[in-house]
Amino acid sequence: MKDDDNKILQEVTGSDYKYGFYTDIEMDQAPPGLTEDTIRFISAKKNEPEFMLEFRLKAFRHWQTLKEPEWAHVEYPSINYQDLIYYSAPRKKPKYDNIDEVDPELLETFEKLGIPLDEQKSLAGVAVDAVMDSVSVGSTFKKTLEEQGVIFCSFSEALQKHPELIKKHMGTVVPYTDNFFAALNSAVFSDGSFAYIPKGVKCPLELSTYFRINAANTGQFERTLIVAEEGSYVSYMEGCTAPIRDENQLHAAIVEIIAHKDAEVKYSTVQNWWPGDKEGKGGVYNFVTKRGICEGDNSKISWTQVETGSAVTWKYPSLILKGDNSTGEFYSVAVTNNKQQADTGTKMIHLGKNTRSTIISKGISAGQSNNSYRGLVKTSKKAENARNFSQCDSLLLGDQSGAHTFPYLDVGNRTSIVEHEATTSKISEDQLFYCLQRGIDMEGAIGLIVNGYAKEVLSKLPMEFAVEAQKLLSVSLEGSVG
Amino acid sequence: MNTTYSSLDKDRLTDLFQKERKSITGQATPLVNQIRQHALSRFKKNGFPTKQLENWRFTDLTPLLNTEFVFDFSNQSRSMDVGKIFTCDVYDLDTFSITLLNGWFVYQSAPLTKLGNGTIIGSLAKAMEVYPELVDQYFGKAAKTDQYEFAALNTAFVQDGLFIYVPDGVELEKPIQLINIVNADHPVFLQPRHLIIAGKGSKVTLAHCDHSLTHNVSFTNTLAEIFVEENAVVDHYKIQNKGKNSTLITNTFIQQKKSSTVYSNMITLNGGFTKNILDVSLPEPNCRSEHFGLYLVDSNQHVDNQVYIDHIAPDNYSNQLFKGILDDEARAVFSGKVMVRRHAQHTVAHQNNKNILLTDDAKANTQPHLEIYADDVKCSHGATVGQLDPEAMFYLRSRGLCERTARQLMMIAFAGEVVQKISIQALQERIQHLVEKRLKGELSICDQCMLHCNSKEPTAFNIDMSKI
Repeated sequence: MKDDDNKILQEVTGSDYKYGFYTDIEMDQAPPGLTEDTIRFISAKKNEPEFMLEFRLKAFRHWQTLKEPEWAHVEYPSINYQDLIYYSAPRKKPKYDNIDEVDPELLETFEKLGIPLDEQKSLAGVAVDAVMDSVSVGSTFKKTLEEQGVIFCSFSEALQKHPELIKKHMGTVVPYTDNFFAALNSAVFSDGSFAYIPKGVKCPLELSTYFRINAANTGQFERTLIVAEEGSYVSYMEGCTAPIRDENQLHAAIVEIIAHKDAEVKYSTVQNWWPGDKEGKGGVYNFVTKRGICEGDNSKISWTQVETGSAVTWKYPSLILKGDNSTGEFYSVAVTNNKQQADTGTKMIHLGKNTRSTIISKGISAGQSNNSYRGLVKTSKKAENARNFSQCDSLLLGDQSGAHTFPYLDVGNRTSIVEHEATTSKISEDQLFYCLQRGIDMEGAIGLIVNGYAKEVLSKLPMEFAVEAQKLLSVSLEGSVG
Repeated sequence: MNTTYSSLDKDRLTDLFQKERKSITGQATPLVNQIRQHALSRFKKNGFPTKQLENWRFTDLTPLLNTEFVFDFSNQSRSMDVGKIFTCDVYDLDTFSITLLNGWFVYQSAPLTKLGNGTIIGSLAKAMEVYPELVDQYFGKAAKTDQYEFAALNTAFVQDGLFIYVPDGVELEKPIQLINIVNADHPVFLQPRHLIIAGKGSKVTLAHCDHSLTHNVSFTNTLAEIFVEENAVVDHYKIQNKGKNSTLITNTFIQQKKSSTVYSNMITLNGGFTKNILDVSLPEPNCRSEHFGLYLVDSNQHVDNQVYIDHIAPDNYSNQLFKGILDDEARAVFSGKVMVRRHAQHTVAHQNNKNILLTDDAKANTQPHLEIYADDVKCSHGATVGQLDPEAMFYLRSRGLCERTARQLMMIAFAGEVVQKISIQALQERIQHLVEKRLKGELSICDQCMLHCNSKEPTAFNIDMSKI
């Protein structure tokens, strides 16, 4: 019985990364290395306004004074930042009006991923802004959005068309001084997405962007900025898969979300970068700074993430609850397998009165992986009646894996209530027995239990995404779990 | 000889050690001196912990070290009638009472007593002289001087403290009570060191009380190594009731052998600055290790409990429950860590920290961490920071209790969960009484010290009920 379990666990956890392929599209690259010249090159290449170049240079000068952080519970060979290529873009910068004009090879890539870019019209209400190696190549459903006044485009396009909005909001949530990787991103970011929802508008579509890292040896430095004006609502989705590459690729993105009075932003992400092979060779380093601010009263931001990929993940989507009565939510499923390492969690910083936050984190570690939850809940002196509930569970599959929980609770006033609870266990024998006894085979039973375990979070994903997320869970943990 | 420094740092202390080397090392065994040398070099390298360190993030020592401390390394272990300066007021508590005055052993008849059943209780300095093999066998084996700066410092300067050896199979009927008194008219820096060995199948209850008799500034860095052999049972109570100007760092290292049991209970009623470091290793299976803590702090007191439980072998059980009530501008820090190593299958580990804040100026920082590398385990942790449950308050009010009484009742019940774990009946009653008085705002430190309180400076700890 025990041996069978182990065998099935191994089968279940031993399957290969299915999305490993490499698209041969000609690239326009910056020479490797990072100097002020590289930054000027990127900025010039993208024809950016002057303030942007200044921002980049300031960030770069600050970055030079910083040291790479070492406190996370992860280990990886040190990165030589001078070896990386900081800019790479498809050479023929396409401007498509119609999806049929998109490079067929690219479409094929998306097809392999199961991204229904060419079936957009039949797929209900998803506008896709596909980002391939940093430059946005296709946007759809622009019209529907434009009618409502919603701006949803690539970051560089926004810089050209709406520089005042970028200037006003960029760096207000994640300043370039925030941390090592935020400074690096601020200096060299290539592209990303920008979404602006005007006052009172309920965005009619779920905004969706797919990121991919493609060229070898390029860091991908994405920058996303979402601004929700008073009383607006938007659901934003971001998903990513990366092809197999031997050398580690660095991904240091920044996501900034600003929710004004009565606005609501729902941010969902599925991350499935190449995790490296079973020996831990290759794989993406995912060092991301994501932060939202509930600027106005009664605003709400919710993060939902499914993390299955990357060799090393270092990611803490955070929320600053500044407006009174604002609400923050964080739902996360993090799966690590083989030699993956994940140090992920959230920060909830309560500044306003009657602010509420919920954290539900589910970690699943298999193989020889290490999965850590690291979270901070802080209530300031003025955050009267702040309320937080955190639940962080870990499930261990296999005796070589590690599951760690590092919560930090800093409470600074008497009316707030902060609660944290966590459990760590392996799959319950009783549950397995129950399933087996009902005629479900071992593999199916493990699948059922793992899925049930993650359900609380998966159910928070938008419909279209939930399907992909379940697929990813399957890829990460199976043969047939899922 | 007295030496003073205006502020302390690693260089000054190393310098001091070199100057006083002769009196410090004089009575110790060669092995102890060897361990001391290693610890000194560690301290020389690391110095005092700073706020940059994870476990000291909220606890800043710098202002505390900026005092003109007086060091005295001459042997002051002496005969003295302790009753003259201090009487333990836990009535009906029948104990072997042992006293340390300013870090030195104070005895009534002899520095080292051997009881009929083979138990040895007495001064560590004396034990190094009389039972060097026994001391060498255990000394320094549990204290992790490489990881803990204060353990290194204590080990470097070790001179005297308590020594207890309970032979195999002996069950002590009476608890051993260690009273650590600080009584000096100048700021003192003290580093008592205790070595406690509970032989196979033995049973020991230890009550460790820290008191200060004057309002002077003092800095105590005490270290206890507790070795619990197979099937032994150790109950360890720590009661801290010190003055506002005192700094107390306690380092407790516990090593548990097969099928042993340890209950520890840390109760901090008063104190200026208190940091309790507890480090438990479980290298053998079937152990039970339970640790409780209660802190009731107010004014600008600071209490920091740091617990590390290392599950090395399989089939062990550990449990932590730390609760605190914080008033005024008090600050409480809890950093607990449960480490479950790869082979520690079937580990059951629980960790819980609950805090009640009574004012907006009080602060609680809690970090209950789990680090787990084995898969067949049951681990849970929880932490809450909040106020008294309004529904429970409503229930009590609807039964006709006034708000004040209802609040007190609930706070007493909150603390009760920890107090009830005390197995010495007399001590439990006394602590319950103290907690109740403390929560009603009636407890002052002067209740505890019978004499020597010339300054009638009121140190009453009033909880302003209107704020709750």
